[in-house]
Amino acid sequence: MSTAPLALQARGLSARLGERPVLHDIDLGLRQGAWTSVVGPNGAGKSTLLRALAGLLPCEGEIRLLQRPIRQWPARERGCTVAWLGQGEQAAHDLRVLDVVMLGRLPHRGWLAAPGAADHAAVEQALRSTQAWAWRERSLGQLSGGERQRVLLARALAVQAPVLLMDEPLANLDPPHQSDWLDTVRQLVEQGHTVVSVLHELGMALQADELVVMAQGRICHHGPTAAPATHRALEQVFDQRLRIHPVQGQWVPLPVARAESTPHPEPS
Amino acid sequence: MSPCAWRPAAVLFVLVLLVAGLLALSLGVGSTGFEWVTRLFDDPMAGQIVLDIRLPRSLGALAAGALLGLAGAVAQGLFRNPLADPYLLGSASGASLGVAFALVWLGQRPLNLLLSSDWLMRLGLTGAAFVGAVGAVLLTLALARGVQQTLRLLLAGVIVGVVLGAITSLLLLRVPEIMQPMQAFMLGNTGFVGWTSASLMGAVWCLCALVALGAARGLDGLSLGEATALSLGLPLGVLRSVLVAVLALATGTAVAQTGLIAFVGLAAPHLVRGLVKTGHAWQLLLASLTGGCLLMLADVLARGLTAPQELPVGALTAVLGGSYLLWLMHRRGSLGGGA
Repeated sequence: MSTAPLALQARGLSARLGERPVLHDIDLGLRQGAWTSVVGPNGAGKSTLLRALAGLLPCEGEIRLLQRPIRQWPARERGCTVAWLGQGEQAAHDLRVLDVVMLGRLPHRGWLAAPGAADHAAVEQALRSTQAWAWRERSLGQLSGGERQRVLLARALAVQAPVLLMDEPLANLDPPHQSDWLDTVRQLVEQGHTVVSVLHELGMALQADELVVMAQGRICHHGPTAAPATHRALEQVFDQRLRIHPVQGQWVPLPVARAESTPHPEPS
Repeated sequence: MSPCAWRPAAVLFVLVLLVAGLLALSLGVGSTGFEWVTRLFDDPMAGQIVLDIRLPRSLGALAAGALLGLAGAVAQGLFRNPLADPYLLGSASGASLGVAFALVWLGQRPLNLLLSSDWLMRLGLTGAAFVGAVGAVLLTLALARGVQQTLRLLLAGVIVGVVLGAITSLLLLRVPEIMQPMQAFMLGNTGFVGWTSASLMGAVWCLCALVALGAARGLDGLSLGEATALSLGLPLGVLRSVLVAVLALATGTAVAQTGLIAFVGLAAPHLVRGLVKTGHAWQLLLASLTGGCLLMLADVLARGLTAPQELPVGALTAVLGGSYLLWLMHRRGSLGGGA
């Protein structure tokens, strides 16, 4: 692994949701200027990890954002530095698309300041990059699930933060817009942004620079996407029910029928 | 300039015109029926009635409606629920209990109480209603252990409402003489608003509106969910505390002066959202004015419909607001989906 500075770093990170421990003693360092995907079976604690890294969840252990403990960041400065896109966030239906995306500029503005030219430019750029500019005057309630997701994605992009955390950003997106999302992420990474995404679409996750493989609240493996060890770890957390194959220079997961997979004890 | 930028201002203009029109109309309506207000000043006696009774009463209705509209908009934004209303945190049942206690306490001639002009008595009831309303909200906050968990706050509000309502019912059962004045209070009444109450409500509205406008950006952020609002660096804890305080103060003041007026706080923000899609700063302002208009209209009807008798204004707001919401529901298919 290269020695680029770390954008996000967790040491001894544990978190619980209610009484249930979800993350156990996690150590993780995410490289600056890279795209890391977090993958794992349902209930592995992927979303919780992302929330904790964004500083949105009270947790034990230490999290550093750009080498500085996240607790020491003033809220607004942190808001400018980390953009976060949640999973299945319920947004009010009568909000106008333009107003929703403008909310991404909140941390950049003074408490009572009106949006400036830079804010309008950022909003337009974000909406155009998710092909949502045409509906800017519509309200969220008038959009389909996929269209709404593209607006929420634009909201996160409008923050123009150096670190972008996304939880299931591809939910409800059709294949062309999934590809668009991929282009956007690659462009951001080229410009030096750090992107962390939780993805269920393994084919998409395998496009990332690095993979974090999680199961049962622990990190099983963290390594470059192309490395065979990463593929073995991925196959293992999914109970050997998939194999990673190279197809036209990309890595593609293909399912394995139950008869072919090696028998294994059921996880408790 | 986008076509939506001038729309809130246009709605504001129309609402101000409406307020002025309703004010002119309401000054001419009384127990003697309707007469143009300009003609009333020919008679010094009638002029006196207009200045000392009708004007403060109409302005009081405007201010009380504005308080409820503002509180409704704050509640719906804060709880991210289009069905939230100003009485959500138990203030209505708290105020009822306060009034019931005061009536039992004061004890004498309760039947004539609301009709008597004994200002000390009125002051006692107003104070009891205010203390009850604010006390209930504090009780809700204590049960919910602070303002940080919205769902817990809502549940605590429901519990406080039910329990305090039960105590009020018990009191009513034990001391049936207070039944009639209690009923009058629960239906709401703008008839006793004098200059003092009207200016008090106006001042409280100004204070609450200023604070709420300052927090409007936080309400905007909250509309995307609490986690997103937090990720945008909004100080959610402070925001919630401030907005709950605004909610309690606005509702408590309105309830203390005019009793439990139904539906204005629920319907006003809906009306505004039906007219214009805009941020919370505009919504708070427009919902206030809409609430004021609704209550003034209800007040005019309460005075004029069955003159020289008067209808309880709360019954009229319930009919007006209720039928509007019903219409909205039919038009949009579903309240939750469209609102």
